Amino acid sequence: MIGPWLSQHRAALASAIRRLVAAPLSTLLSLLAIGIALTLPAAGFVLLDNLRDVGRNAAGAQQISVFMALDASRKDLAEIESRLRREVPGTWRFVPREEALKRLQASEGMAEIVASLPRNPLPDAFVVEPEGAAPEALEALRQTFTGWPRVAHVQLDSAWIRRFDAFLRLGRLAVSLLAAIFAAGLVAVTFNTIRLQVLSQAAEIEVARLIGATDAFIRRPFQYFGALQGLLGGVFAYALVAGGLGLLATPVAELAALYGGTFALRGPGALAAGALAAAGAGLGWLGAQLSVTLSLRRFA
Amino acid sequence: MIAASGLTKRYPGGHEALRDVGFEVSAGEMVFITGHSGAGKSTLVKLVAAIERPTSGSLVVNGQNLAALRKAALPYLRRHFGLVFQDQKLLFDRTVLDNVLLPLEIVGLPRREAVRRAQAALDKVGLLEREKARPIALSGGEQQRLAIARAVVNRPTILLADEPTGNLDAQSALEVLEIFESFHQVGVTVVVATHDPQWIERYRPHVLRLDHGRLVP
Repeated sequence: MIGPWLSQHRAALASAIRRLVAAPLSTLLSLLAIGIALTLPAAGFVLLDNLRDVGRNAAGAQQISVFMALDASRKDLAEIESRLRREVPGTWRFVPREEALKRLQASEGMAEIVASLPRNPLPDAFVVEPEGAAPEALEALRQTFTGWPRVAHVQLDSAWIRRFDAFLRLGRLAVSLLAAIFAAGLVAVTFNTIRLQVLSQAAEIEVARLIGATDAFIRRPFQYFGALQGLLGGVFAYALVAGGLGLLATPVAELAALYGGTFALRGPGALAAGALAAAGAGLGWLGAQLSVTLSLRRFA
Repeated sequence: MIAASGLTKRYPGGHEALRDVGFEVSAGEMVFITGHSGAGKSTLVKLVAAIERPTSGSLVVNGQNLAALRKAALPYLRRHFGLVFQDQKLLFDRTVLDNVLLPLEIVGLPRREAVRRAQAALDKVGLLEREKARPIALSGGEQQRLAIARAVVNRPTILLADEPTGNLDAQSALEVLEIFESFHQVGVTVVVATHDPQWIERYRPHVLRLDHGRLVP
C-alpha cells in the first residue's frame, strides 16, 4: 500500500513547510541558532583539515638516513640496495662516503677541518623517502633498517611529525567534543520548538486521535519540521563556513607567500556540505522525535 | 454490532457511572440512549467509542472486545466509527473543507479523491457552499452538521453521537435528526445519546433508558 503511505508523507511534509513559512521570524531565529551551533565545529574540522595539509606538505621532506658501518664492503652495499628495492615503497638514493665528504668540504668553514682529518670519517649512507608518511610506519621502517646487516646507525627525524600528529589528534578530539556539545544544543533547540508547537496544536491532536490517527501520523509533521529546520540550519552553517574561508583565502595566501611557499586554504567540499545538511536534519529529527513522543505521552 | 454485558464503569474517587449494564445492538439498527443528566449516557458513549475503558464487564464492538484491546489497535478501530460530540470538536484554524478532510488524510486517501468525498459529505449536510469558510463563521446548527460531515466522510459502520442537538434550536435539531435518519436508512448503525424527547416520539426506535447508571425498562 505505497499510495496512502506516500500521500500521508507528502501531506506531513507540506504541513511542516507551511508551519515554517507561517512564522518566518521564529523560523529565522531557529535557523540562526542551529546554523551557528553547526558552524563552530564545522569550522574546526575545516581548520584541522587544512593543518593536516600543511603537515603533509612538510612531510615530503621526511627522510630516513641509513648509515653503513665504516668497513662495509661493496657486497654489503649491494645487499642493502636489493633489500630496499624489494621491501620499501618509495624512493631512495645512495650517498657514497666520498661524496658526503665533498659536500662537507663545500660547506662554509668546514673545508679546513675536513682537510685536517687523517682519513674520511664518514660512512656510506642511503637516504630513503618512504611513501605513505604515517609516523608509525616510519618508526617501523627504522626498526627494520636497524636490523639489516652492516647497518651502523639509522636516523629518523620524526619527533616534530609526531608532535604535530599528536597535536592534530588532540585538536580533532577537542573539535569532536565541541561538536557533541553543539549537537546536544541543536537537539535541545528543536525539542523546545516542537514542544511549543505540540502545545499549540493540542486540539488538533485530540481530534485526530478521536478519529483514528495513529501516533505515527501525529508525529510525522513534527518530525518533518524538525528535520527540515535542521537541514536548513546545516545549509546555513555551510554558507557561513564557506563565506568565512572565502574572506580568509587572500590573507592566508599572502602569508604563505611571505614564508616563500604557496598554500591555498581548502574549503569544505560537496561532501562536507552534504554531511552538514544530513547532520542538521538527523539531529533536528531526533529532537522532534524526543519532544513529540514525550508530549504525546503526557497527553494520553 | 455492539454487545455489552455486566458493563461497569467506576471513576477514580469511587463514583460509579455505569453499573452492570447489558444490551445488544444489531447492525443497521438505530438506538437511542436516554436518561436524566448524570445517568451515564455520555459514559456509555465513551465506552463504546473506546475513549474510556470499562472497569469490569465485557463490551464487544464490531467484533472486538474493547476491554482487551491493544493500544496500537485503537486507531484502526476508531476508523470504523463516526463520532459526533455535543461540543463538536471542530478545528477553528482550518476551513470547513479541511475539517472534513482530516479523517481522509489520516487514512492516507489521495488528495483529489479525498476532496471529492469531503465535498460529497458537505453536500449531504447542506454545507457545500460554505466549504471555504472557517467554522467560527457558521451557526450552531451548521457547526453540528459540519461535525456530522466529518464523522461520516470515511463511511463509518457505526455513527456514535453524544447529545448532538444539545445546544441547538428546534429547527436545527430537526435537521440534524433527519441527517442521522438518512444514514440509518442506508444501513449505518446509529447510536445517539440524548435527553431530547422529540427523537423518541418521532422514530420509536430501540431505546436504552439509563437511570443512575443502571439500565431500566
